[in-house]
Amino acid sequence: MSTWVGGGLVTLGVIFSVIGSIGVIRFPDFYSRAHAASKPDTLGLMLTVLGLAVIEGASLPSAKLLLIAAFVALGNPTATHALSRAALRSGLEPWRRDEEEA
Amino acid sequence: MTSVWMAALVAALLLPFYRVIKGPTVFDRMVGVGVVGTKTVMLLCIIGHTYDRLDMFLDIAIAYGMLNFLGAIIVSKYLEPGGDPR
Repeated sequence: MSTWVGGGLVTLGVIFSVIGSIGVIRFPDFYSRAHAASKPDTLGLMLTVLGLAVIEGASLPSAKLLLIAAFVALGNPTATHALSRAALRSGLEPWRRDEEEA
Repeated sequence: MTSVWMAALVAALLLPFYRVIKGPTVFDRMVGVGVVGTKTVMLLCIIGHTYDRLDMFLDIAIAYGMLNFLGAIIVSKYLEPGGDPR
């Protein structure tokens, strides 16, 4: 039972991370790419790691997996936010629709 | 099952290298590097589960995640003009 639940969680996480990678390639400017890099990626990693912890059961590796999940949930959005703030302060303009069409 | 996960993750890991090489600004490159690092942590966890050596691979994954986070923070502080006065 726990194998199926954990496998489903890991599959969902891998799907989210593939979607995040496609977003990093396809979005039009840096800020939307940072959005695609932080949210689906963090969710995908947390789902994968929690699924592996469900498969593993209660043990020391499961505790380490939960530690990775907590660390990435704090660290990945923080890093992306710092990069975006640096980009905004160095004068990178956000993309607008009318610039492309004009 | 694990081979399907690993194949999909390797594909998702190779896609952002396009952004690292092509990206018009240096921030785009850093975002690509961060995405590659996050996917590497996932891949390390799944490899450890596949080969039944989860305890060893998880230590490597934790160290890699910390290095990834610190690298992004340090580069963004280096690139930020003016800096934070506090």
